[in-house]
Amino acid sequence: MRRMIAGAALALMSLTGTATAEDYPERPLMLMVSYGAGGATDFQARIVTMTAGNEDALGMPIAIINKPGAGGRVGWNWFATQADPDGYTLAAYNVPHFIAQSIKGGVEYSADSFEPIANWGADPAVFVVGADSEFNSMEDVVAFAKENPGKLTVSGAGLFVGHHIAALQIDKAAGTKMAYIPTKGGGAAAMKAVIAGEVMGGINNLSDAFRAQEAGNVKILGVADLERNAFLPDVPTMMEQGLDVDNSSVNFRGVMVPKGTPPEVIEKLSATVPEMFANSRVAKKMEAGGSPMHIMTRDEVIEMWAQRQQTLNELLAGL
Amino acid sequence: MDFIYYFGDVFTPLSFMLLLGGTIGGLILGATPGLSPTMAVALLIPFTFQLEAAQGLILLGAAYTSTVAGGAVSAILLKIPGAPANIATTLDGHTMAKQGQGARALQLSFLASAVGGVFGVLLLIFLTPVLAKWALAFGPSHLFWLAILGVTVIGTLDSASVVKGLLSGCIGLWLATIGFDDIMGAQRFIFHPALGGGINIIAALIGLFAIPQVLTMFAKGRHNTGAEVIEVQRHSILEAFRELFSRTRALSIGTLTGSIIGLIPGVGGQIAGLVAYDQTKKFSSEKDKFGTGHSEGVIAAESANNAMVGPSLVPLLTLSIPGSPTAAVLLGGLLIHGIFPGSDLFDNHPDVAWTFINSMLIGQVLMCVFGLYVAGLAARVAQVPQSVMAAIVLALSVFGAYSVQGSMGDVYVMACLGIGMFFLERFGFSAAPLVLGLILGPIAEANFIQGGMIADATVGKASYFLTGGLNLLLIAVVLASIAYSVWMELRHRRYTTKEEAQA
Repeated sequence: MRRMIAGAALALMSLTGTATAEDYPERPLMLMVSYGAGGATDFQARIVTMTAGNEDALGMPIAIINKPGAGGRVGWNWFATQADPDGYTLAAYNVPHFIAQSIKGGVEYSADSFEPIANWGADPAVFVVGADSEFNSMEDVVAFAKENPGKLTVSGAGLFVGHHIAALQIDKAAGTKMAYIPTKGGGAAAMKAVIAGEVMGGINNLSDAFRAQEAGNVKILGVADLERNAFLPDVPTMMEQGLDVDNSSVNFRGVMVPKGTPPEVIEKLSATVPEMFANSRVAKKMEAGGSPMHIMTRDEVIEMWAQRQQTLNELLAGL
Repeated sequence: MDFIYYFGDVFTPLSFMLLLGGTIGGLILGATPGLSPTMAVALLIPFTFQLEAAQGLILLGAAYTSTVAGGAVSAILLKIPGAPANIATTLDGHTMAKQGQGARALQLSFLASAVGGVFGVLLLIFLTPVLAKWALAFGPSHLFWLAILGVTVIGTLDSASVVKGLLSGCIGLWLATIGFDDIMGAQRFIFHPALGGGINIIAALIGLFAIPQVLTMFAKGRHNTGAEVIEVQRHSILEAFRELFSRTRALSIGTLTGSIIGLIPGVGGQIAGLVAYDQTKKFSSEKDKFGTGHSEGVIAAESANNAMVGPSLVPLLTLSIPGSPTAAVLLGGLLIHGIFPGSDLFDNHPDVAWTFINSMLIGQVLMCVFGLYVAGLAARVAQVPQSVMAAIVLALSVFGAYSVQGSMGDVYVMACLGIGMFFLERFGFSAAPLVLGLILGPIAEANFIQGGMIADATVGKASYFLTGGLNLLLIAVVLASIAYSVWMELRHRRYTTKEEAQA
């Protein structure tokens, strides 16, 4: 009798042992977004996870939890130190934001604290000015900045986010010094400052700037990316306008888990999640909202993180 | 008159069902502690994925208007303000409920909400282009002065003495500095990991208002539970109507203040109710009755926070800039259907735009009807024995604080602030000025830093903050507000010393 129970227990143990990897996920998952409800990251996270409950995806829904504050530092601090590495707690990452913040210090995370799963979107930074501004190209902007050092006010979503990185790169490439004005309240507040004429120009997300241009409120002068964007085929890149600005400031958004998550869970997620992003319904909604998609697998993201780490180390070393 | 043309769309069977569902659901969500209008609307977004654009927005619009009004239910009956908008409602509303007049307070609050709300939406319909210019006129320097204007209100708000009001305001301002500073990213006063995100305003509200009264109820012990059962008075709706329209001063001040403040991006919703309450008190002939269950207080606060709903959407609908967190969530609801707010919305999708706005108009009326219906029933909550009530409020408080971001940290913050406030109240301090400090601190600070950076790069701080018509106007109002408080305090002191001398 005793042997039978022991055998049954053993069989059960081995069963549950394999079951954790195979049956995962067996309950709904949580995705932490370190920006407020309604922001671009939150909005996109809600779209790309909407099919998670489908049988061909994870088979379990993903709930979004917002932990906003200090340009994402609050949420990522929480994720690095307090989130359970059980595969049920995911987070959205924003590169270059969290890498730049970890280089500048004062936070409890670095790229080594997290394991990337997959990337869903890439939103380049663009340079915008008010619709009635006298600037019509980056050349005009740089010329003004050279004549008036420190006087060209440029708004952006915060310090050490993609917008700030783009501003630093423009300064470095053109040998200028712009007055970068971080705003509280993210890209929307920075855009409002441009439209209302509180600042002379701004650096903002391509998706938000595209909308503002459609509404006739701003002009977009340049894209900080390697190639022109499908949403804005007429707007030249910074490189085309003679500024040596690469794609370091492009805001990559994707999903990650904390370090220490079981490898079989990571494997399962990194196989399923890119498929989930590629769903045609997701693509349609993202396209409608003016959000550029860019799906990358785990290996590609690991490489991209390492590249960013290196460029940002160099760029921020002088500050 | 486009909006009349599209009125029919609201009354198609499916649309009207959604409108009803949104309104009733919104009332329930709004009355749930910890669920702010922003979160309620965010929760509904996934449902709109399956709907057409206009129908999705009907659901969201109806939910937005009724969650704001629904917050009054928990504010009045349980003294748990569901959102910052409802803080001022607790001051007189909860006192009325304790006196057995919960039904009257709820009826007045729903009627005032409807009047304010309809006015706000009408402003949105008729004056949007003009208002959009106004919304943009407020830059960092103006928002800074506006926050300072709010600080001058602190001293006179719901306090026995100006000094104690200012002191609790200062505690609030200090609490507001905890956490990462939003612009520079510096860490301040983070004693515990739970404070990394700063003090969450919803958790703080629950702690500061609900916990002290729970402790008071527990402190009274079990022996007098039977004796304290309150007789809940019935109150006819007709009488509530009559009372509302005899209080035209409170109603008009509340509605106007709410509409104007609601328009200003980033400030609006949080302080509309409190500022309207304070202004009504200053202009009232019965100042002393405020805080003791005076109906003017409820009317002013509730008409203001619903009047804010319409104008708060002006920057979103015309300029595609969300002026408040809730507007940001609504933006998501539009984008998901490929509709960009701004000229695209009104030129290419007028059916969506106007159906959405109309649904808010009808939603206000429906919200009022349902609100009045439940008012009589809900007021019976006051009959629950105190010991049971204390347990229920405590459970709801913990649930509410936890649900904001799904974290125990907020529950600890709520408990600590609540216990602290319990002792502060014993020394005559009150929670409203403290909360106002907590709300205004970050607004004043961020705008001062941001304005300062712009000023340093351009014209210099002095001329940036101290010149220009709107700056000077706001400074004048700030000075007038301070002078008024000083004058009232002096007059009050002279009277009391005279009485003391006679006695």
